Amino acid sequence: MQADLSVILPEIILAVFSMAALLVAVYTVKDKLAPMLVWVTAALMVVLGIWIGTSGSGATEAFGGMFVDDAFSRFAKVAILFSAAAVMVMGQDYMSKRGMLRFEYPILIALSAIGMMVMVSAGDLMALYMGLELQSLALYVVAALRRDSVKSTEAGLKYFVLGALSSGLLLYGASLVYGFAGTTLFSGIIEVAQHGEVTVGLLFGIVFLISGMAFKVSAVPFHMWTPDVYEGAPTPVTAFFASAPKVAAMALFARVLHDAFGYAVEDWSQIIALLSVLSMFLGAVAAIGQTDLKRLMAYSSIAHMGYALIGLAAGTALGIQALLIYMSIYVAMNIGTFAFIMMLHRDGKAVTDISALNQYAKREPGRALGMLVLLFSLAGVPPMLGFFGKFFVLRAAVEANMTWLAIAGVIASVIGAYYYLRIVFLMYFGADADDVETSRSPVLLAFFTAGAALMLIGVITTFGVEGAAAAAAAMLVR
Amino acid sequence: MSVFAFYLFAISAITGGLFTVVSRQPVHSVLWLILAFISSAGLFVLLGAEFVAMLLVIVYVGAVAVLFLFVVMMLDVDFAELKAEMARYMPLALLIGLVILMQFVIAFGSWESAQDVAANISQPMPDGRHNTEALGLIIYDQYFLLFQLSGLILLVAMIGAIVLTLRHRKDVKRQDVLAQMYRDPAKAMELKDIKPGQGL
Repeated sequence: MQADLSVILPEIILAVFSMAALLVAVYTVKDKLAPMLVWVTAALMVVLGIWIGTSGSGATEAFGGMFVDDAFSRFAKVAILFSAAAVMVMGQDYMSKRGMLRFEYPILIALSAIGMMVMVSAGDLMALYMGLELQSLALYVVAALRRDSVKSTEAGLKYFVLGALSSGLLLYGASLVYGFAGTTLFSGIIEVAQHGEVTVGLLFGIVFLISGMAFKVSAVPFHMWTPDVYEGAPTPVTAFFASAPKVAAMALFARVLHDAFGYAVEDWSQIIALLSVLSMFLGAVAAIGQTDLKRLMAYSSIAHMGYALIGLAAGTALGIQALLIYMSIYVAMNIGTFAFIMMLHRDGKAVTDISALNQYAKREPGRALGMLVLLFSLAGVPPMLGFFGKFFVLRAAVEANMTWLAIAGVIASVIGAYYYLRIVFLMYFGADADDVETSRSPVLLAFFTAGAALMLIGVITTFGVEGAAAAAAAMLVR
Repeated sequence: MSVFAFYLFAISAITGGLFTVVSRQPVHSVLWLILAFISSAGLFVLLGAEFVAMLLVIVYVGAVAVLFLFVVMMLDVDFAELKAEMARYMPLALLIGLVILMQFVIAFGSWESAQDVAANISQPMPDGRHNTEALGLIIYDQYFLLFQLSGLILLVAMIGAIVLTLRHRKDVKRQDVLAQMYRDPAKAMELKDIKPGQGL
């Protein structure tokens, strides 16, 4: 037991911290403590992230194989903790100005981070479900955090109902898999599946599991909730939705498919490839008509998940490495872009309309340039980091003899480039100038600049992300 | 006998589930739901899990279903209108349902478990132990992590319910117990000696 507990020590620390913070805040000044709590929680997450990233080697199992600590889970955990901390700090100013920063916000984010950490470390279908439910339940609440706004409440409710449906699908798949294998442990399932063929029953289980998880990464055709929830939720919360939970869900996807069904790659790789192609094309085409920046980012995230799924569909170590690198780049791009969206306001009210960016470059040349870099990166224009992310996944697809998937990815990215470049066009050559103001918050500016700078610096050095991703992928794929 | 009981409970569980969805009266829906709960409890008894069966009856029928009844009676939702909305999508829903049903027939028609499943599904209850004792051993030992995680999930649910619904009203007078206790006659009352024949 002692050894088991030391494996989950980071999770325990975060859990104890959030409970202590809850008690302190409830018994003292409540919401006045919130800004401080945001910074402390973020600092703790960063410290835990550094600790997880630097300590530990090899793979350790705890609780009879239910919890796995290996290079793959460590990579995902570092990405989750860093991005959650960044998004929380970034949104603090925005939320307190609009009176929606409540002390529960950092606590709920911390609790959902625990759920995500369990998800990426899950070695058992039940642990998987527990982690998934812990993170999504906290997310439903923060989506409806602005409870006086109809849109925010609707976002929360919609997310909750559809999330419950996806949990049902996932659980049904898990029960079918259990019926086939007689165990919920991934190590047990893969052992059973090793001998003999994959039967129809097991295949059904895999399909339902994939559907449930595809909902969490908002892959088409399980994407319907994404635009509404992204639009309705407060912008800092949207930024959070688009970063850490996506990494966690994607890592969980990879872990389940490789750890439990690693011998049935041919069976699930076609399903993932289909999801991937649909997501890329729907994300690219449906975003064209959007005029709201947050809705646009929702469709953009659907398309990006499609590219990340290419790495998974390849079913190789190279594919997983590409997936992890892609997700890291995606999170960095999103943090920069959302920092920019949070800066825009008019008379103290947030502005998310694209037309507000007309001739933005004339008034704010520096910020417009930064946004140009980020948008080029999102579109995958060559000198930026986003291009290399796409390049990695496409190369993985080609090497796994899925050239058609790579070609589909290239076509979708050309279509998708239109709507990113349209924003750039508006900023530089827009028709009539808009009176949108830009917030001078130093925190937002710092994250925005860092995000944009990373897109350029990342091309020269990836700060060891590439090597870590390779090690993580080698650990996962047998 | 137990086969007969199994089919009885299984059929009534499915009937209960079906009528929960299709019945016109929301109160009837809740009653059908209770039937589904009780039938599932019967299935648990057949499996030898009496404790879980009792929990299902006490928690789900006793608490959750009664809560549902209250909610249904207190919320003024026009269910007829909701149903009309649903009817528009019914043909498509039926088509999808039919396709999935046919696929399930294929899946379960050719159902086979892996070879070593029999060994994997070990007896959940060790010999000579009570139902509750065996459950406790598993939950607090083998599934310790899951048990604690479900605690965290409940905590999130509680925080969420409070965040989304609690409103502090400034104009409400609240009882301050400490202030009440620290009151004494010397502070609360002033005694005046009024001379006869004089006003205050």
